[in-house]
Amino acid sequence: MWIQPEKQPLVETFQLLDVDGTTHGEMPELTDGEMLDMFQWMVFARTFDERAVRLQRQGRIGTYAPFSGQEAAQVGSAYAIEKTDWVFPTYRELPVLWIHGTPVKQSLLYPMGAVSGGAVTKGVNAFPVQIIIAAQTLHAMGSAWASQYLGDKSVNVCYLGDGATAQGDFHEALNFASVMKLPVIFFIQNNQWAISVPRGRQAASRTLAQKAVAYDIPGIQVDGNDILGVYKVMTEAVEHARSGLGPVLIEALTYRHGPHTTSDDPTRYRDADEVAMWMQRDPITRFARFLTARGLLDSAKEAAMREDAEQRIGQAVIEAEAEAKGTLPEVFDMVYGTVPRELERQRDEAATLLAGKAQMAAGTAPVGSGASAGPGVNTRTSAQTASTAKGE
Amino acid sequence: MTMMNIIEAINSALQLEMDRDDKVIVFGEDVGHAGGVFRATDGLQARFGERRVVDTPLAESAIIGAAVGMAARGLRPIAEIQFLGFIYEAMDQLASQAARMRFRSAGTITLPMVVRAPYGGGVRTPELHSDSLEGLFLHSPGLKVVMPSNPYDAKGLLLAAIRDENPVLFFEPMKLYRFRKEEVPDGDYIVEIGKANVVVDGSDLTLITWGPTVPLAVGLAQKFAAEEGVSVEVIDLRTIAPLDVDTILASVNKTGRALIVHEAVKAGGVGAEVAALISEQALFSLEAPILRVTGYDTPYPVGGVEDDWLPNAARIAGAIRQIMSYA
Repeated sequence: MWIQPEKQPLVETFQLLDVDGTTHGEMPELTDGEMLDMFQWMVFARTFDERAVRLQRQGRIGTYAPFSGQEAAQVGSAYAIEKTDWVFPTYRELPVLWIHGTPVKQSLLYPMGAVSGGAVTKGVNAFPVQIIIAAQTLHAMGSAWASQYLGDKSVNVCYLGDGATAQGDFHEALNFASVMKLPVIFFIQNNQWAISVPRGRQAASRTLAQKAVAYDIPGIQVDGNDILGVYKVMTEAVEHARSGLGPVLIEALTYRHGPHTTSDDPTRYRDADEVAMWMQRDPITRFARFLTARGLLDSAKEAAMREDAEQRIGQAVIEAEAEAKGTLPEVFDMVYGTVPRELERQRDEAATLLAGKAQMAAGTAPVGSGASAGPGVNTRTSAQTASTAKGE
Repeated sequence: MTMMNIIEAINSALQLEMDRDDKVIVFGEDVGHAGGVFRATDGLQARFGERRVVDTPLAESAIIGAAVGMAARGLRPIAEIQFLGFIYEAMDQLASQAARMRFRSAGTITLPMVVRAPYGGGVRTPELHSDSLEGLFLHSPGLKVVMPSNPYDAKGLLLAAIRDENPVLFFEPMKLYRFRKEEVPDGDYIVEIGKANVVVDGSDLTLITWGPTVPLAVGLAQKFAAEEGVSVEVIDLRTIAPLDVDTILASVNKTGRALIVHEAVKAGGVGAEVAALISEQALFSLEAPILRVTGYDTPYPVGGVEDDWLPNAARIAGAIRQIMSYA
């Protein structure tokens, strides 16, 4: 019999830091200062995430995709790349974008519905967040092709979820990248759920990492809640890709604590035991245990980090809310490099209607009703109404 | 000047631009060693090497997605989709990725990329090789759609497309690839994207068309002028997005009558858009209803009946007479 399921190829699962905070195996090259910095990013990310969910509940931002629980996968992977490398995020990789240089304020303007919300910060090698599942795998592959063609030694990191591995684009990207030996790392954050559909319904394969086998590229499954382990496998992957040896696939096993976005209710599809089990594996608690045992961290220091995060995030919220959210006519300028004649005509029509609306508001609104507060404030008020109307 | 057909004109444009700019890369299925199934990329790999003229795996979504990633990095990819009917495989990468990247990034990322694809009927292809799908992309803001009908335009428009900062879809009428040779400048020149061409001047009726039906329309205009005393003005749109509304309106305001001819299916097509624009902005110049002669609202038919399905001389002549019958 040639069919012997037990002889199917498997891939290794890598872990360095266990739930107790003890390490097994060779440590990555990180100084105490760097490890503390990584921890601080994790605390910052968690603090932001909790704040963002509250902002959404208050109607101050729109739909938001929480990432609490995935901080080790995000910070650990982002910490292993250089500013010259390229990042292709989904809507969940905000910490990766910040570590790569995107201001925190920008991540708030996006769910606030600001016209400039999707802008990529000058000098930051990143694509805008991707909504269509797995579409960015091809952009990362194409960018990796550019890296190879230009010979600039940059590595391209594509973030995706477990659901994305079910998409055709994922396979086309891996296949192309393998055939052409492109410097791209596909970093799957397997957070166990694609909205309400569990990982086991996305693929019957025992691991997602083993999908690398078919393309003959290195693939590994790593404990995604172990920041040291993630950092270590990512560092090796970056080295591999940078030296021209081709793509790498990493599956980070992790868990999102909250809903897919602020629009769904995970208690409808997940049971409490599962959530509790994963809470035991929380990446921040685990790394804190490790750092505490090494004498690098205590509860006062951790509280100070959280306080610092609260303060900086609060400031970013103030700045984002103060920023003008833009007007409809500006939108027309973003479609093409030069506005075509017919679009110009439509932009002028929109501008005229907008001017008429402003005039009417100025003429009929009672004094102090907010009509004089400027276009930015008006826009936010209507966004707020719209989001409340959705019943979120 | 050299006598060239459309295929040769496209090849000439590619070669010229690849010589001029080493950021230009050509890739797709069979474009390298074989030089493309229609030989549009013939000789390019021998001249520029396997780094710049690349045979890719057979995967349309990846071909377009790769172009998106490359263009964002400052290269100028020219991707080929072997036949336009296969472009459905890449719809997401075109309509929701390439088209929207500038918009999504609030103007911070532009994609100078070109997608070439042969299309159009009358050549007895298998299923999904002949379909005219320009309407899909007119409906996807952020893309430009260019459809040349002669060798001179093909070269000048392709050079303009490669140098454009936006994603440009460059659709090539298969039937006209080797239809006729004409004088084409050997060197560099541009035919501006977004400008229609008034091919035949006329005063009684405006016939708006593009791509494979242009020579047919021109022939009919000459016939009607000579035999029936009807002066038909023929406009070759050359660009579907953006549409040259001004040229269309100026002509219809002059002639008072409009006929639109295209190979794509009728419903929701570019012809419907042109007719609506004329109704909105030139209704009171009209002396007759606007008519369309198009492919029928069926999937592109089998070879045995395609000549009857396509806009042919008899159908177009009938429409011209019908419009002229309104005194």
